[in-house]
Amino acid sequence: MKPVVRVAAGQGFWGDWLAAPRRQVEGGPVDYLMLDYLAEVTMSILQKQKERDPSMGYARDFVGAIDSVLDAVVNRGVRVIANAGGVNPHGCADAILALAAQRGVSGKLTLGVVTGDDLLPRLDELMAQGHALANMDTGEPLSTVRDRVLSANAYIGSEPIIEALGKGANIVITGRSTDTALTMAPLRYEFGWGATDWNKLAAGIIAGHIIECGAQCSGGNCLYDWESVPDLANVGYPIVEATPDGVFEIVKHPGTGGRISVPSVSEQLVYEMGDPHAYITPDVVADFTSIKLQQSGENRVRVHGITGGPPTDKLKVSIAYKAGFKAVGTLVYSWPDAMAKAKRADEVLRQRFEMLGMKFDAIVTEYVGANSTHGPLASESHDINEVQLRIGVRSPDRTMVERFTRELAPLVLNGPPSVTGFAGGRPKVEEIVAYWPALIDKTVVTPVVEMRS
Amino acid sequence: MKVRLVDIAHARSGDKGDTANVGVIALRPEWYPLIRDQLSLDRVASHFKGMITGGVQRYELPNLSALNFLLHGALDGGGTLSLKTDAQGKVYSTALLRMVLDVPDAEAQKLGLPSAES
Repeated sequence: MKPVVRVAAGQGFWGDWLAAPRRQVEGGPVDYLMLDYLAEVTMSILQKQKERDPSMGYARDFVGAIDSVLDAVVNRGVRVIANAGGVNPHGCADAILALAAQRGVSGKLTLGVVTGDDLLPRLDELMAQGHALANMDTGEPLSTVRDRVLSANAYIGSEPIIEALGKGANIVITGRSTDTALTMAPLRYEFGWGATDWNKLAAGIIAGHIIECGAQCSGGNCLYDWESVPDLANVGYPIVEATPDGVFEIVKHPGTGGRISVPSVSEQLVYEMGDPHAYITPDVVADFTSIKLQQSGENRVRVHGITGGPPTDKLKVSIAYKAGFKAVGTLVYSWPDAMAKAKRADEVLRQRFEMLGMKFDAIVTEYVGANSTHGPLASESHDINEVQLRIGVRSPDRTMVERFTRELAPLVLNGPPSVTGFAGGRPKVEEIVAYWPALIDKTVVTPVVEMRS
Repeated sequence: MKVRLVDIAHARSGDKGDTANVGVIALRPEWYPLIRDQLSLDRVASHFKGMITGGVQRYELPNLSALNFLLHGALDGGGTLSLKTDAQGKVYSTALLRMVLDVPDAEAQKLGLPSAES
């Protein structure tokens, strides 16, 4: 058994820094590269792409990421674990194998492909069997939106990833794995943690939570003493350095920017937190109130004391469904009386909506530069230099939203004065793909691992 | 003495559906009890009045010198439904830090708190 295992985070979401994966495998020793691509709404975007082209439906950035780290994978034994498979893990594997052929390393890659999370083809059967897939927030049964469902995926845990590693995968591609399992699985595999080693499994999950958003624990988006965080241009992404007892340290490569400190790690720990006593995953329920942090060196935080308990008998399911249309448009008003002009423009617009019989489920007006993010808590701004009027509408009726996009530009000539910033043209109408969180019995979801090379 | 929360704590926020969470962390561990005592459920709920349509939940994490608040109905439906600039609740953190606390002078002095006036 290795005395220390290093898991490096290389992507915190689909769209994260393209340079990060390569920097992680070249900046110092790492055993695993963990790439997290999937946010709540990502699966539905991927599902739409797959409908247009059946070979798509995975995070295409992943192919470039593998291209950039191929030498480390093939020649230095760095293993990659990613949920880049989206709604088409085998399509993703096809693309990686094609890349391997093109780079002349066919036969040197063994892919472990994890599926079984996709419930879309089974949805009617599951509902007929009595699985209501009720919305966790509203309690409504899925039947109310069934005809508009685009994707449905169960969050699966560490076991299929461990199986793939055991069968020799040097790249593991999953669909909707939990973000945290991507980090916990290699630790559990290397250290042989059992399925009921709750405290160690919980430690692995919390290690995963700390690094799953990439640099957000190593100085990125860090409010604590933010002005003194050094060299963000060269920010070091985080690495978990774990030992078999479940204690780990968060570190980054020498010579990189950013900062790893108790405050930077604490900020990430509370990010997207619910009940800290019960962070529920398919493998374990972790207790965030047990975590002890300690600055154990420069850019090095020791994490210990973690406890956990048995998981529930459910898996979370991420369902995406079509929920109408929206558009958001902006105009900029300048001094003098910038705010008063923008407010008048909003009144004019709303009056025109009424006159034209335009009805929306929601109209949201914000004044960017004055109060768009802090609402009524924002301090009163007098005599501001400029303000952006930002107005958005939502409706099940596409033509209504289309009509809205034609109402902003006329204000430039027929509304309040000193207006600019409309060069981007008409706002674009977007179809809304909304998120429906649900639970399902664990027993009906069976992950499948296939090895490909 | 008036003390600005932004001078004694830092914070990060995120989203789960239409709920924003705000984790607020004392800048020094010895300031945590003050934050814990001052930031009651009611105080935070009234702070965000007009910004959220649902209730508030409150959790304590003394091990991190932190509190976690769940603000329900904070994001105009959340995620892709939302028409808000801050659809994912990323800066509800700094909105909470706008709070100003009343601290007895003696306690403020003992804890070495920075005054809002200075």
